[in-house]
Amino acid sequence: MKARTFAFPGLLSLALVADASFIGAAPQALALWQPEPGATKKKRERKEKEVAPPTQAQLEALSKLAVERKLTPDDLVAAAKTYMPSGRIDDYILFSSGGQSGSVFVIGVPSMRLLRSISVFTPESWQGYGFAGDKDRVREQLKINGKDVTWGDTHHPALSETKGEYDGQFLFIGDKANARVAVIDLRDFETKQIVKNPLTVSDHGASFVTPDTDYVIEGGQYATVLGYGYAPLADYQKSYRGMVTFWKFDRERGRIDEAQSFAMELPPYWQDLADAGKGACDGLVFINSFNVEMSTGGVEKGQPPFEAGASQRDTDYMHIIDWKLAAAAFKAGKAEKINGFPVLKIETSIALGLLHLTPEPKSPHGVDVTPNGQYAVVAGKLDPHVTVYSTAKIKKAIADKKYSGVDTYKIPILNFDDVKEAQVELGLGPLHTQFDNKGYAYTSLFLDSAVARWTLGGEYASKHEEPAWKLVTKTPVQYNIGHLCAAEGDTVSPDGSYLIAMNKWSVDRFFTTGPLLPQNFQLVDISATGATMPVLYDSPIGVGEPHYCQMIKADKLKPWAVYPEVGWNPHTQAVEPGAPSPGKERVVRKGNKVDVYMTAVRSHFTPESVELEEGDHVTWRITSTERALDSTHGFCIGGYNINLSLEPGEYTEFEFIADKPGTYPYYCTEFCSALHLEMMGYLQIKPKATTAAAK
Amino acid sequence: MSSFLNAILGPRVPNHELESHRARYLTPTLILSAARILLLVSLFLPYWHMTLEAPQYPDGLSVTAYVNLLTCDVREINALNHYIGMRPLEEAAQFERAASVWMIIAMVLLVEGAALVHNRWAALLALPVVFFPVGFLVDLSYWLKLFGTHLDPKAPLSSSVKPFIPPVLGKGTVGQFVTVSSAGTGWYLAVAGSLLVILALYFHRRAYKPLHKPFPIAPAASPV
Repeated sequence: MKARTFAFPGLLSLALVADASFIGAAPQALALWQPEPGATKKKRERKEKEVAPPTQAQLEALSKLAVERKLTPDDLVAAAKTYMPSGRIDDYILFSSGGQSGSVFVIGVPSMRLLRSISVFTPESWQGYGFAGDKDRVREQLKINGKDVTWGDTHHPALSETKGEYDGQFLFIGDKANARVAVIDLRDFETKQIVKNPLTVSDHGASFVTPDTDYVIEGGQYATVLGYGYAPLADYQKSYRGMVTFWKFDRERGRIDEAQSFAMELPPYWQDLADAGKGACDGLVFINSFNVEMSTGGVEKGQPPFEAGASQRDTDYMHIIDWKLAAAAFKAGKAEKINGFPVLKIETSIALGLLHLTPEPKSPHGVDVTPNGQYAVVAGKLDPHVTVYSTAKIKKAIADKKYSGVDTYKIPILNFDDVKEAQVELGLGPLHTQFDNKGYAYTSLFLDSAVARWTLGGEYASKHEEPAWKLVTKTPVQYNIGHLCAAEGDTVSPDGSYLIAMNKWSVDRFFTTGPLLPQNFQLVDISATGATMPVLYDSPIGVGEPHYCQMIKADKLKPWAVYPEVGWNPHTQAVEPGAPSPGKERVVRKGNKVDVYMTAVRSHFTPESVELEEGDHVTWRITSTERALDSTHGFCIGGYNINLSLEPGEYTEFEFIADKPGTYPYYCTEFCSALHLEMMGYLQIKPKATTAAAK
Repeated sequence: MSSFLNAILGPRVPNHELESHRARYLTPTLILSAARILLLVSLFLPYWHMTLEAPQYPDGLSVTAYVNLLTCDVREINALNHYIGMRPLEEAAQFERAASVWMIIAMVLLVEGAALVHNRWAALLALPVVFFPVGFLVDLSYWLKLFGTHLDPKAPLSSSVKPFIPPVLGKGTVGQFVTVSSAGTGWYLAVAGSLLVILALYFHRRAYKPLHKPFPIAPAASPV
């Protein structure tokens, strides 16, 4: 009888092959499959707590409290709509200009809590922005014509858009005082780039983006001799010019590409706000103006002051620009260089049909395109109406070359009646308009101190019950409202939930903080229809005078909680090659050049003493090796104007010349841990004489 | 030669016997194969978790141990441990983690051997797998005890935290932290593998013992 050596040869050989291949593959497979050591795990899901309605006893207690505190039922409702229990995250995030503070404020809505500021044009020490020694990158970027210009007047933030929707990736903001535009990366909420307009001293129409953020628009304001030139005021009409600049945005790099950017020369009409067309009018840009009189002031010489001189005529001009054609003209080499920057001259724009004008009521302020792109709304400022233009009619008039004439600079003018759709009387001092999802528009009324809700027509007419192009209601706000901002209210799909009234004066709303009072951001509930539009909350802004803000749904933002890897350089958004790492800290001297490689982790710097000699040129690099949420360190050297913010994983470097000898304690400036005070070290700078004596 | 093989591997199954009672001989082999698969799969899964809860860590901190690596918030836990003078977690069980994948593969091959050996030596080959899950926990508790009781006396908080031993399974406290330890999916798979091997050994014995005539291993004279 023949016995089998192996019971199940087929199965077995298969298993052996499997084992053999597994042995070979195991280490690689494990490496692929298992998480990296130190990988951060997912945030724990927070369960919404179950809420039971208040009991009768609780309601009675609440009523008593309300009476004691003099709160009306409406007040209680407003409180209930805005109160955030500890740990509850806001639904919307507001990015507000910080005005003369040169920064951007990040505010939660509906709580209206200030979450943080982002320094942009003004050095700020908490963020270590502009306090990194002698060759600080921020301060280098802030130089204009060799001068330190370390403040800005931030005006109009613009969130990056994809197909006309906020995409939550980048934020742009203009500096009116110095004609600069900054790029903020919303992964780490830090300013990455500041570009200075080489043509003009100041601006106003910055920043606005085209629907896919191909270009960031910076409109000018006070006309100058472009490129920092000089001409007497007597030559105003001949030599002074306005402009609009189209900054090309390179989304991949997260930077404006200055080499691909260009400007258009405009008449010296004091261009004001701008808005990029979208949907039906994609490809156009609308820009207001308010001194077509070309007044040059001179109240001291008995001439009409600007305020009167620039307000003589009943109409000014809305500029209609075809930016796609303009970009093509720039690429085709039609631009001329002024101060090294390519500019499409007015003659070129006329010849190529890039620029048209149409009258608009006297000294308007905002121009705002409706979500579908079918209308552009111009607010009158000195006229109680908003004027609504049909973008289809504008396009047709341009196509038909139907002009009512040309201006001083031979720019064709479209006939007002050919392009106007409607005029809606709202009240005194209309400034800016935003939109909701119910076919309403909202316009700020500066002189009336009110927000007007009015109805749109056309395809919006079916969305609301009221007749088209009519005022619905006005809600008083406190006081002197400038811009307003509805939730995603300048995108192709506004949310229609909240609106912010950005009031310039607070007068009696808060405790009097001396003669300089805070601004007042008021939260308005626009979720209902008709006359219901209550103010819910007053929020004092005591750190600058904001202009415009934008409100984005919080879940569209995807910020990093800590830098993605240890040794991350926020400027390059990549791991810095050669960033100091644990165990490799050192001080390297080459002549009088000293390189310090330092790490920071709770609760010590390594090294804890650094010895220099007077006159040493020091390059100091620090890596925070932290990975825990919020475990930020600071680093300062007293007397050397150095302070850094070292966020988890961040790499930073700074340079300085050790020209003042002494013993300098350096320490962590952000309370990081129980042993925070112990997180310090000594920088010793030996005086030269001692060094010589020692030799 | 055949008789030498038989001495080591135990008796072979005659063809007619195999054909008439296929299930009897297939069962132990299949169960052992299943155990081997479970063990191999467990390589990819966590064997042990510890979470640390404290007020300033609302998401908690955790460390997850695979047979060959430690992951999750190891860096942060080390950063905190340095205050009490505990050595970095990576320094624990270095040999075990380096050898574990090969050890498990070796154990799997031994179990394969157990399927081929038709005598009592099969049980010996299977023993490492049977005791592996227990061994894992014993080794882990050794390291926890070693680390918890050998704190650097010069550490910043050495005077306020006394030596402690975090439990291998269940709750413990140190400082403001509550630690909760539990076994992971990989470990449970290893336990299942261990139980399957015991089960397989029962069927193995039932299938092959009757073939031993006479017992023990010494080769019987060829009946043919």
